[in-house]
Amino acid sequence: MRGAKPFSIRRIPGFTMIAVTCFVLLYAPILTIVVYSFNAGDSVALWKGFSLKWYVVAAQNQQVQEATLRSLVIALAASLISTTLATMAALGTTRTRGFPGRTAIYVMINQPLMVPEIVTAVALLIFFASIKVATGYTGLGYLILAHSAFCIPFAYLPIRARMEGMDLSLESAAADLYATPWRTFRRITLPLMAPGIVAGAMLAFVISLDDVIITEFVKSAGQDTLPTYMLGQLRRAITPEVNAISTVLLALTVLLLTVFFILSGRGTAKS
Amino acid sequence: MTRKPPEPGVLEARLEATRVKRNWLLSLPALVLLLVGASGPLLIVLVYSFMEPGDYSGVVWKPTFDAWVQIFFSRDIFDDTLGLADAHLTIFWRSVRLSLLTTLITIAFGLPTAYFIATRPGRARVFWLFLITIPFWTNLLVRTFAILEMIRSEGLINTWLQNLGLISEPLQIMYTDTAVLIGMAYVYLPLMVLPLYAAIERFDFRLVEAGYDLYANRWQVLRRVILPIVKPGIVAGSILVFVPSLGAYVTPRVLGGGKNMMIGNFIELQFGQGRNWPLGSSLSILLLLIVMVALLFYVRVSTRESER
Repeated sequence: MRGAKPFSIRRIPGFTMIAVTCFVLLYAPILTIVVYSFNAGDSVALWKGFSLKWYVVAAQNQQVQEATLRSLVIALAASLISTTLATMAALGTTRTRGFPGRTAIYVMINQPLMVPEIVTAVALLIFFASIKVATGYTGLGYLILAHSAFCIPFAYLPIRARMEGMDLSLESAAADLYATPWRTFRRITLPLMAPGIVAGAMLAFVISLDDVIITEFVKSAGQDTLPTYMLGQLRRAITPEVNAISTVLLALTVLLLTVFFILSGRGTAKS
Repeated sequence: MTRKPPEPGVLEARLEATRVKRNWLLSLPALVLLLVGASGPLLIVLVYSFMEPGDYSGVVWKPTFDAWVQIFFSRDIFDDTLGLADAHLTIFWRSVRLSLLTTLITIAFGLPTAYFIATRPGRARVFWLFLITIPFWTNLLVRTFAILEMIRSEGLINTWLQNLGLISEPLQIMYTDTAVLIGMAYVYLPLMVLPLYAAIERFDFRLVEAGYDLYANRWQVLRRVILPIVKPGIVAGSILVFVPSLGAYVTPRVLGGGKNMMIGNFIELQFGQGRNWPLGSSLSILLLLIVMVALLFYVRVSTRESER
């Protein structure tokens, strides 16, 4: 069987082995969590047979139910708000010659990507603490506001990428055929932008759903989201219930990502 | 009254003004939200860093530089002299050291991985890229938790090693700097692979062929041909890994515990048990400044590269 491998200029000895090791190391911990979430026993290291027990336990846990609902409400609201605002901003900043302040707008929009999250979290803690004292309002509004803000760049970037590759001639054609600007926008521009908008909304949703630090600092008492609930649980004895919750979060992420890839892939293939 | 025809150029100027106004109006709602929910409050942090701490929380409105002095020096409670704040310096040193090591480890693993992906044929490449993207988007807490499950005393690695009879006592990896390092390298690895991939993907392999034609061996080709061209990707990846490592909060909290704090956890402490909001604020601003310097360095390097 042995024989020298054909000489390939692209091959660097050892690189393939390290790469494969890297993929194994990346996936082994995640897959362990997924596999042991189906463990009948209550250990994360000893396999006692297949069972959906921990999913049932998690689903019946009232705190988990409330945290899940809260996470979804916040993520939905934040992705809706941030995508709407990001779409408007993308309409204002793409397909237009440079104008005074455009760089400033870019910097502002991308600011949440540059500032360390712990710093933003601390800043919002101080800011919202004083508003909470002044107004007495302690609802979900603060979390939705904070999430909407840091989701804006994630919603904006795919929309902008989509718009930069868009064909202008259809809009000119519509205008030539006496369509009003609003009608052109609604019937031509918006449908063309749609894949970018959906992709942006999905990224914003995933980002909001995953957030730990800002949520941990901004939330009022009893406002745990799924990630902050998990963070609290990690301090105590860990049960495979956390595995089950993690697996559900993981499945949701993979699902949304797959749709995102299909959407953005189709978008680039067309344009 | 007859309307004078507008001067030449006036109409254009008006259209231009309308265009600028329209673009700004469209961007305004997003900017306002970002100002309220992200950028604006940073100014409050800056102001708080020059105040005196309140008794329980918050600040007393007396301007002082104490919080900035406290970052590096502590005042002796007996003779009121300033000495270096050893505890703080230990935390800073740990943060910088672990972040640098994380960067090096992710380069060591990330470069071959990115190279491997970039040299796959068409469809296979998309598949491997997707495999890197999944961990990238997976919840940071879930990934940290996955590492926790592997390395804790009752975790998978220790149980297996004990069952194999290789060790009698579980290895204490949790709550050490090593645990934080493993966790951060694991969590931030995709941030290194993606920019490296982008750099290698554009690589022209005829250069490698030319290198071999000129009797270079594989090591020389790697060092003299591939690495210089991939360098911008390495710089980009290093910044992308170093910056969040330095500000890491979740990973050191979960894997390092209370004793192995990094700057992020130390900042949180000042707003909790520490009850020193001004110190927490000055530390936040310091962290922000370090990150900004790193990003500016990156912008300078990347513009210089693209000008070439």
